[in-house]
Parts: sequence; C-alpha cells; structure tokens
Amino acid sequence: MATVTLADDMRPLHHPKTFIGKYIWSQDHKVIAIQYSLTAISIGVVALVLSALMRLQLGFPGTFSFIQPDHYLQYVTMHGMIMVVYLLTALLLGGFGNYLIPLMVGARDMVFPFVNMLSYWVYLLSVLVLVSGFFVPGGPAGSGWTLYPPQAILDGTPGHQWGIITMLVSLAIFIVAFTMGGLNYVTTVLQARTKGMTLMRMPCSVWGIFVASIMGLLAFPALFVAAIMMLLDRIAGTSFFMPSIVSMGQQTGYQGGSPILFQHLFWFFGHPEVYIVALPAFGIVSDLISVHARKNIFGYRMMVWAIIVIGALSFFVWAHHMYVSGMNPYFGFFFATSTLIIAIPTAIKVYNWLLTLYRGNIHLRVPMLFAIGFLFTFIHGGLSGLFLGNVSVDLPLSDTFFVVGHFHMVMGVSPILVIFGAIYHWYPKITGRMWNDMLGKIHFWITFLGVYAIYLPMHYLGILGVPRRYYALGPTAFIPPSAHLANEGITIAALIVFVAQGLFFFNMIWSFFRGPKADPNPWGAASLEWQTPDTPPKHGNWGPRLPTVYRWAYDYSVPGAAQDFIPQNVPPGDADRHHPT
Amino acid sequence: MAAAVAIALLVLGSIAFHLLSPWWRTPLASNWGSIDSALSITLWICAVAFVALNLFLAYALFRYRYRDGHRAHYEPENTRLEKRLTFWTAIGIAGMLAPGLLAWNRFVNVPKDASIVEAIGQQWQWSYRFPGPDGVLGTSDVRNITPDNPFGLNPQDPYGRDDRLIEGSELHLPLNKPVKMLLRSKDVLHDFYVPEFRARMDMVPGIITYFWLTPTRPGTYEVLCAELCGVGHYMMRGTVIVEPEPAFRAWLAKQPTYAQLAAASAPAGTELAQAKTTTIPTAADQPRGKR
Repeated sequence: MATVTLADDMRPLHHPKTFIGKYIWSQDHKVIAIQYSLTAISIGVVALVLSALMRLQLGFPGTFSFIQPDHYLQYVTMHGMIMVVYLLTALLLGGFGNYLIPLMVGARDMVFPFVNMLSYWVYLLSVLVLVSGFFVPGGPAGSGWTLYPPQAILDGTPGHQWGIITMLVSLAIFIVAFTMGGLNYVTTVLQARTKGMTLMRMPCSVWGIFVASIMGLLAFPALFVAAIMMLLDRIAGTSFFMPSIVSMGQQTGYQGGSPILFQHLFWFFGHPEVYIVALPAFGIVSDLISVHARKNIFGYRMMVWAIIVIGALSFFVWAHHMYVSGMNPYFGFFFATSTLIIAIPTAIKVYNWLLTLYRGNIHLRVPMLFAIGFLFTFIHGGLSGLFLGNVSVDLPLSDTFFVVGHFHMVMGVSPILVIFGAIYHWYPKITGRMWNDMLGKIHFWITFLGVYAIYLPMHYLGILGVPRRYYALGPTAFIPPSAHLANEGITIAALIVFVAQGLFFFNMIWSFFRGPKADPNPWGAASLEWQTPDTPPKHGNWGPRLPTVYRWAYDYSVPGAAQDFIPQNVPPGDADRHHPT
Repeated sequence: MAAAVAIALLVLGSIAFHLLSPWWRTPLASNWGSIDSALSITLWICAVAFVALNLFLAYALFRYRYRDGHRAHYEPENTRLEKRLTFWTAIGIAGMLAPGLLAWNRFVNVPKDASIVEAIGQQWQWSYRFPGPDGVLGTSDVRNITPDNPFGLNPQDPYGRDDRLIEGSELHLPLNKPVKMLLRSKDVLHDFYVPEFRARMDMVPGIITYFWLTPTRPGTYEVLCAELCGVGHYMMRGTVIVEPEPAFRAWLAKQPTYAQLAAASAPAGTELAQAKTTTIPTAADQPRGKR
C-alpha cells in the first residue's frame, strides 16, 4: 500500500499563494490546460480569418485588390500550419490532454508539473515566433504548409527571405514544447493511475490522448530534423534538400540534395500527425456519445485495440501523400495496400459509435449534437480518403480541390466538431457554470450545415480537375462558368460559418460570468472527472483522499441499478453485472 | 428528431447533388479508362457505405431518442457482430483496392514501343524536347544551362544534336501512339497535369520522373501546373494538341534542332563539337533514352 500513500501525499504539490503563482506560472495541470487552450484558440482565430480571406479571393477573384498572389499563398501556408499544428495538436493534447488525463485516471496532477509548465511557456514562445513571421520583411512563409523545397527557400516564393526562417524555428521550438508535454502525458497515464484504474478501465478519451502522445513522440522528431536541415539549406548554404538548380535564370550553388527526401521526412511526421489529431478526437467523441446516449461504448475492448492498431499502422502509410511525387512508383503498391488496410479499424470505430446509439436513450444536448455532426462528417471524409489512398484513383485527383475537400472534412471539420462538443461537454466542470442552450444549438446547426455546404462541392470541383493552391483560375477551357458560381456559393457559406463562430465565443465568455451555476455532474456521467469533490476541481483534484476505482467508465443503464449510471468509484453492489473489463 | 431528419435529408441531398452536379470528370482523352473505372468502383462502394451508415445513424437517432421512462439497452459488446462487420468491410476494401492496383500495375509498366517526349518545367513555363531520328535524347544537366543553352544539353553529346527543342508552351502529341513523358525541372517542383489524360507526375529537380499515356482523342487540352511552384503557380499554363500522326510529324519537322540553335547562337567559326565546356560528367549525364 506504500504506493497509494505516496500518490495520496499532497505535500509534493506546489501550492502557490499569489495570483501570478496560481494563474500565470502555474504548475496545476488544469490551469496549464486552460492556458494551452486559450493560446491555441487565439492563434486558431488568426487562421480562421486567413481562411475567410482566401475564400474572398477564390469566390470573388479580383474584387479585393489587397489580396495579391503572394499574400494568397501566405494565407494558405499560415492557415494550414496553424490549424494542424498550433491549434489542433496543441488544443487536443496540450489542452484536453492536460485537463482530462489526471482527472480521468484519478491523479492529483501530471507526474512532472514543472516540465508541464515549461511545456506551455515554450509552446507560447513557438506561437510568438510564428506570429513574428507576419511582421518580418517579405512577410510569412508562402510555400504551402508542406514547405516543400526547393521552392520554400528560393526567390519566387513569398516569405523566402525571413518568413520561412521564423516558420522553421517556430516548428523546432514547438516540437521541444510538445516533447515535454508528451512525455508527461505518457508517464502520467502509465504511472499515476489511482487504485483500481487498470488500463482497460480508462475512458476512451484517455486512450486516444495516450496513444496520440506516443505517436507524437515518435513522429515529431522527423519534422524536427527536416526543419533543422532546411534551415541549414536556407542559412548556411548546405544542400540536404537542394539539387543543382537554376533559379530565376541564375545558377545557384546548391548541388546533390534531394527534394523527395524532405517529402519523406515531412510525411513520416505528417501522416501520423493526422492521427495525432484524430485519435484524441475519436476517444473524446466515444465518451460524448456514450454519456449522452446513456449506453456503454459498444465494444470497448475493440475500440481500444482499434486506437492502438490505427496508431501503429499510421507509421506505414506516409507515402500515400507522395504517389505523384516522382518517388519510385513501385512504392504505390505497398502504400495503397497499407492505406486501405487502415480503413478497417477505422470503420470498426464508426460501426461501434453507431451501435452505441442503437438501442440507446439518446439525449440530443448540444455536446451530443456535435458528436452526431462528427459522425456524419467523419464518415464522409473517411470515405473520400479511400479515393485518394487507392493509388491510381489518386492520379487525377491529387492536388485538386478533391484533396482540399477530403482533408478538411476528415481532419479539419471532424476534430473541430469534436472539440466544440468537448468544450460544451466539460465546460460546466471547468468553469462551474452552464452555457446557454439555445445559442449552443444555433451555433451547432449553422456550423454543421455550413461546413457541408463548403466542402461537398469542393470534391466535385476536384473531380472536374480544378487545381488547388491557385490564386485565380482565370479562363480555363475545361472549367465551366458554373464552377465559378460554385466558388461564390462556397465563399458565402464559409463567411456565414465564420460569423456564426461569434455565437460560440459570446456564449462561452458571457456564460463564464453570467451563466447559471452548474451541477457537478450535469450529464450523469460515470467517469472519474465528474466525481471530484469540488466543481471546478481545486489544485490536487481529489481533496484529502484519492478515489478508488471499482469498474470501467461505461456503466450506463445497467439493469437493476437505481440510476442509469454508476460512477467508477462506486463499490460493486448486488445490481452489478459482470462485464468484460 | 431534428437531427435524425437533418441527417436523412443530408444523405438525400448529397445523392441529389451528385446526380445534378454539372461538375464531373472531363471527357477522357487517353488510354486511362482503367483509372476512371477504378474511380467509379471506389465511388460506388463508398456511396453504398455512406448511405447505409448515415441512414442507420438517422434511424437510431429517431428510434432511440430520449423519452420519459425509456431506458437504454445494456450490451457491452457483441464479438460475433464485430467480426462479421470486419469481414464485410475487408471485402469492400479489397473490392476497390483490386481495380486500383491493377490500373497502377499498368501505369508503372511503360510499353516497349512508347516514344519519348521530355517535358521541362521552370518557373513559370513549360518547354519540351523530342529525340531526333536516333530516337535517343541527349544528356542534359542543370549546370549546363546558360542563356544560349536553356535546355542544359550536354554540348559534347552527339545524341543531343538532333533533338528537337520546343521553347513555346505548345506541345503536340500523335494520336493513338503510346508516349512516355520524361519529366525534368530546372528549379522547383512542378506537375504536368492534363485533367483529360488522368495520368500525371511531379517534376523534380535533380531527377527525371516519368509517366506514360496514349492520347486517344484529337483536340486541344490545357496543361496546368499542379504542384505549388511559387507566386506564379496559377499562371503556369500550356496546351497539348493531340493530332493524327502525319500532322504531328509535319509540326515536329518545323521545330529547330539543338544543333541549329547552337549554331545560330554560337560565335561564327566555332564548331559545336569543339565548344569548350566546364561540365563535369555526373551520373545524370549517363545516356538515357528508351528504358
């Protein structure tokens, strides 16, 4: 029992007295989670504005004279990189990971609170360096978020002077921050679970975040070395990625490097990155669906194994981003097969979400609406991915709007819908107050229907052959005038969705000050984070004694039980049925 | 209730959108019908999954919506059902992967009788090179590129002297003849993309990439660069004219050879073969032609 005593010891926790110690230089995982989330959402709003500017240009080319071709490419680049890395990764792992892991596994804090704090401040530094790109001569990087060399560091690409440098330096700093956070999440899950919290009793949210953190620790180093090598190519004149090149009519001094090497490094990071974003979202949405359908997540063990298998397989599919890159085309056979195989565990997850709803008792509250929205967009985005993964079908579709439509559905909209759902779901626990239901519903419907109006037509434009990353289409024989009309329609839908996000921000901020006091467990959830003695939980989370866990996180509607949920820390009684975990 | 109706309507709306959409693939102009079939098979299998899964979702949302006194069914898992679903998913996956891989197998195996065309990308224009009567392209290297030698051909290489060079952005291809497109870039990544041909590939500086096709429909098609190549990316256009072989031959015969161009630009009295060059032979200088 010695370990329990040690884990229960409150003394090692750092208890600050001052405001600055509590909320700025805080080592409390909940405060750090909020710091991470607010920073990520703030920079995400910048990326959202950039997307609106892009849509203005695409919908009404030539109308907005301040959007020049170089600006457009800078919007594309910064929008993509911010959304993928600085918003989604940071918010799902740094935000939700930090908040949920200790509360869900019954720990007092992360195992390395100081490193956790450092992780946030280094992340903030990476964001500031990234933002500095907007103010350097030449503006931010404009090479597309994939930063492909040689283009990224040559004349003819906006931001090749300083923007690319701030981008690469910022990425390197971000990876340092992520490594500190990721080590913390993994160690906490492995070492700091409370008594009775076996791995197979953890909520799916923790599983998703846990596996994603391991993946991040393995995948981000590839991006790190790629960023450092490209930085050397740019600053020190090395030729890691640079062959002999004539740029703007002038011979350059580069020779012998390989642009495709960069693509392999980038996508060795970049593909797992898709799942680093997706797996936490998968985990969280499993919990939202289960809680609000009052039913255990169907096939829990299969769901956990699917997360692990997807995480492992995702390291063997990266070159499906490179079918037309000029790599040896024989790779296509292997990567198409591995890519389509990964669809099987992913499909199992979808089936189990649907089977969780089946014969449930579905409460369509706002978090559940977002979870339902996720199911629809993820089914759509997952299926359109099979086109692009199926190597020869990718030939006509690669680098068209089909790709834009696909990845926005699958890794843009889908995780964002889960994030909205998760914020609505845990907001009462985090703030102790409840948001406005009507505003939440309006926010959901505009967002959900709006994004489908944006991205469905893009798939069709892509099948037609409309290329992406084009500042303007101009007159092109095979593109009918109706396609320009589609672009206008997409832009109008995008602007409506853009404005509707104001409802969310208003609701969150207003409710924080004026919202009604929330019940400690408003949804009747069984998992541990809803069983804290205080709402919001205080530093140390659990009061004098850590909770003891007796059951899995999904005892909903157990036959014979008085309530339709049994919290994880309730000892077994007569009504209990034996379940597999 | 509203959610169930919305999901069902979105499914119907998506089907209607698909049927009414004026935006669909361009009419095929090459031999790559197998790519189109693989796409159609993938579409059908995915469409069935999309409709079935979402209608099930709508049904569950409607049928099991919260009502007073109603309680959810308790069923932690059903291994038999999960195994059965896994099996049928694998069948569906195999059903679309097989035609995809078969088409790819044809794509990677270039026919022996394919003629060679080189397409060269640079910011932000295209140029092309055809081999002369010897059927072999002369060697080239980016380091040979000068204003007088924009293609970077090796002046010492006799195979290159009869190569026909096209500096404009208009390419002609013979109808119904297999063509292997050798792709080269002087500066950054580009991508030779003609939507009607379906097949395409990136151009990568430092290496030579390729793909092959047989143009099957006479006409004029637009070439777009489909790999971001800098600020002028969207203006990097060209045209391909597919025409019967005699017309193509007549057009090709009018294009200048490297020898002619070099003679025109070289100072009087300098023989091409004796031209001084500082080029260091590299692996990239190995003769290549029909591979």
